[in-house]
Parts: sequence; C-alpha cells; structure tokens
Amino acid sequence: MTGTLIAYRWELRKLVSQKRTYIGLGAAVLLPVVFVTVMALQTGGPYDAPLGHNLRKTGLALGLVLLTFVSHFGAQLAAALVAGDIVATEHSGKTLKMILTRSLRRGQILGGKSLAAFTYVIATILALGLTGLIAGSIAWGFNPLTNLSGVRLSALHALWLSAAALGVFCLPLIAVAAFAILLSTWTRNSAAAIVGTLVYALGQEAIGGLVHQNWARHYLLSDQFDGWHGVLMSPVDWTLILRAVWVSAVFILVPLVIAYEIFRNRDVADD
Amino acid sequence: MPDDRSPVEARGLVKRYGEITAVDHVDLTVEPGDVYGFLGPNGAGKTTTLRIMLGLIHSDEGEVRLFGRDPQHDLPKALEGVAGFVETPHFYPYLSGRKNLELLAAFDRNGHGGRIDGLLELVQLEGRAGDRVGGYSQGMKQRLGVAASLLRHPRLLLLDEPTNGLDPGGMRDMRILITRLSGEGITVVLSSHLLAEVEELCNRVGIIRAGRIAYEGTLAELRASAGANRYRLRTTDPARARRVLSALSRVRNVRPDGEELLFEAGEDDVADVSRALVGAGLGLTALIPEQASLETFFFELTEAAERSEEAA
Repeated sequence: MTGTLIAYRWELRKLVSQKRTYIGLGAAVLLPVVFVTVMALQTGGPYDAPLGHNLRKTGLALGLVLLTFVSHFGAQLAAALVAGDIVATEHSGKTLKMILTRSLRRGQILGGKSLAAFTYVIATILALGLTGLIAGSIAWGFNPLTNLSGVRLSALHALWLSAAALGVFCLPLIAVAAFAILLSTWTRNSAAAIVGTLVYALGQEAIGGLVHQNWARHYLLSDQFDGWHGVLMSPVDWTLILRAVWVSAVFILVPLVIAYEIFRNRDVADD
Repeated sequence: MPDDRSPVEARGLVKRYGEITAVDHVDLTVEPGDVYGFLGPNGAGKTTTLRIMLGLIHSDEGEVRLFGRDPQHDLPKALEGVAGFVETPHFYPYLSGRKNLELLAAFDRNGHGGRIDGLLELVQLEGRAGDRVGGYSQGMKQRLGVAASLLRHPRLLLLDEPTNGLDPGGMRDMRILITRLSGEGITVVLSSHLLAEVEELCNRVGIIRAGRIAYEGTLAELRASAGANRYRLRTTDPARARRVLSALSRVRNVRPDGEELLFEAGEDDVADVSRALVGAGLGLTALIPEQASLETFFFELTEAAERSEEAA
C-alpha cells in the first residue's frame, strides 16, 4: 500500500471517531426528512427551483432539488467543517510532530488528508441524495421524472442520471474543501480556516452576482454548482458538465499545490 | 549488522527566529551505545536542536547526520532506526492507546504492529490500552510515547524530558526502562534539566546554554576538567583554621560553610594542610574529599558563560 493510501485509511478512521464529522453528515441525512415533513404539512412548495415541478410527483426529485438549496451555504459549511480542521487540528493537538517523525513523507500525509476530506464531501452529498431518494419515494413514490428540458425519463433512467448529477455537484464542493485544506495548512487554526472558507465561497457567489458578463461568471467556482443541470437536460449539456469539471479541477489543484508547498517546508514547532 | 557511523553528528547547527538565535553553531557527537545527556536550562536550545535532528524544523546553517544520513534533506530515510519525541508526546485523544499505536505502526510501514501488545505491557499500559487517550494522565501519555518510539525498533532514541510529569514512581520506572534499553544496545539521547537524572543515567553529556554548547564529553572528563579537588574540613576552631589555610599558597577558594570550611587543593597538598592545622594546635574532627556533583559543574559552566557575556 502506498504511503498516501496508508495516511488516507487512517484519516478516514480518525474522521469516523470524531463528533464534528457527524454534524455535516447528520444534517445531510436530516434535511430531506425535514423537507418532506414540511411539504406534507403544507400546500405548495419550491416548484420554481430546478426540477421543483417534480416535487409531490416523484421521490427522485427531492435530492436534486435540495442540491440547489445547499449549494448556497450548507454544503460549503459541511465541507469547511471537516476540511478546514483536518490539518490545523494536528497543530493544535500537537500530533503533527508525532506523525512527521515516522516513515511517511509530508506529501503523503497531506495527500491522505486531502483524499479523506474529499471522501467526506462525497459521503455527505451521497447521504443527502440517498436520504432524499428514500424519504421522497416514501412520500411521493418512485415515479418517472421530467427533466430540465421537459422530457419525461423513466424512474430507473432518472436514478442513474441523478447519481451522475450528484457526482458533478461534488466537484465544486471538493474545490471548496481544497481551499479549506489550504487555509487549514496555512493558518494552522481550524476556526480561521472554516470561517475563511465560508467567506471564500460566499465571496465567489457575491462576485457571481455582481459580474454581468456571462463568460466571466462561468469561470467562478459558484457557477459550477449548477454544472449538474447539464446531466438532466435533453440532450445532455456536455459544455456545462465539462466546464464544471475543468474549472473545479483548477480550483482544486491550485490550493492543493500551495498547501503542499507550505506543508512540505513548514517548521513544526509548538508556537 | 552493527553500524559504526555515529548515531548523531551535528556540526555548526544554527537556528534563528528573527533576531533570536535559538541554536548557535552547535556541535554534537553521540557515539554508539552512549546514553547522552543533553543538558541545559529552559530555553537553552535543547528542544530546538532535537527538532532539527528529527527533521521537524530546518536549520539555517550547519548540518546534522543520524547514522550518516541527513534528516534535513533525506526524510523519511534519515529517520530509519531513529525514534523519539520532543516535549510531551501527544496522541489523538479520541482514539484508544492501542489504536494510536496501530496508526503509528502503519505510518512506520515496517509491519511492527505485532509488537504492540508487548510494548503496552512493557510500559504497563496493557490494562488501559482500549481506553481513549483523552482520559490518560500525563504519565500514561509519557509511557505511551516511549511505547510509540520503541515501536520503530530504534537504534537511536531521542527523548526530550521523558520523566516530565511523572510521579516519583513513574520517574523511577522510566529510568529503569532507559537503563534497560541502553543495555539492549540502543543509543539514547536524553534531553533534561534534571541533573540528578542525567548523572544517574548518562555516560556522556552535552551542556547547552543560550544556544551554545558549553561542554561536551564524558562525566569523568568533566569532573577532571574541573581541576583541583574539593575538601570539607571540620576543626575545633573554624576561624583560626581559615586563617591557617589562607596562609598556605597551594590552597585555594577557602570559604566557610556553616561550622565547616570548604577549600580546594591538590591531593598531595592535603597532607600539608593537616600538618599545618595540627602545628597550629587545632584539632581535626573531619577532612573529607568532596566529589563535585554534576550540578556544580553545570552551574559553573552556564553561569561562567553568563558572567563572561556580561563582562563583554
């Protein structure tokens, strides 16, 4: 097993043993249940949200509709809570000097941490999607879905496309986690990294709202949270999807490379 | 296969933090089998030097070799056969003691995870191995730190204040353990400000003050380098005895210590001292050679450096 995989495996174990891990995951599991309950107790709903017209008709829509809601703040907060802490906690707990004097390279340790944070992001979105599917299907049934182009898709086909849409949604969220890792490495302070990441994510949204040129907005991270729409169009909008892939990739790689340089060269003293 | 390269060889190590020079051209040599006491007051540069040795911080000048390898540029290879901790060992509080060791064994990549039970027993933590480290006392963490170090099958053990936070029983056990490990052929570098501990455990010492090495060598050499032997004298009349001793040219540093006198003189000159005292009509009730403690040398070395700095 490579050093990065060893570090990754143990980072996952550490995440499983920490309470903060379950805040985001718990919220991801609870949100669809709360949403369905509120919908059941009142008439109407967010029908103008992307795929919102499918609510009350099929459970397949719930997880996807919720993506729009969490893309503004909640998902970033969940990502920041874990990724912003993942390096900084080693400084505050003074455990970094313990693991750095073993046989793994610093890059492998940071690689393992990054992969674990990204896995957590994926697990959170997966938990949201799965709970949404289960809660929505119980409430409204496992029925065909009308996609964003107005084409009716069979339930099974829509299920596969929903999984792909969740995958595309994860990419910009992983980029947010990458920035949180950078701040966590640079500041060595969990709170600063978490708050800084939220400011970063909200700042991108604010800039997106201010910029009127579409071409410029397309290259902001905030815009990539809509990349999954391309999966649920007929025909599939590959431009939207591929842009989400490469723009997110840039926003993932740049912070990680900077974090690596900081982590590799940093003096580890109890300051 | 025995390795005849020096476990630690540092030359001209310098570490600066802004205008403060924490480590100032430090030279150290630790030979195989040594229990090397690295002594110094708080803030003298001991921990910074250890951190450089373990590759945790980068030196600004100089080089250090562990068994011939450079931990500043060749990590993690340079730490093969090397283990230890700086300051208090810290662990993940939400994992059990055993899980922490399993993690470290995995990070060591050497398959020594099978030794965990034996090591927990060695440090007397087998009964609490399944408990979260967050509930451990300082002493238990210290012992877990030793187990974590031994997990690497080290040939060189770097221990920073290993008895810190231990109760007297724990300190005794830790010293017994260090003696035992040394007996098994492990070279130990023991950073400490507890002089009695170093005197009890170490064969060689390095004394650091204000980032500079004030002395390095064996304890025996240190004592010899102190020059004249010291004596404690008890007589029937201390005041007159002091006058008699002060009149002898080869007797130095005569000073009262309660009802007794302390002085320095060569071994051959002590006979003259006793003859002079008897000749002056004084009764000798005790004339005891005193072996200077490491503490005496330590303060002489560190305070002498301080005085010379002040004078400059």
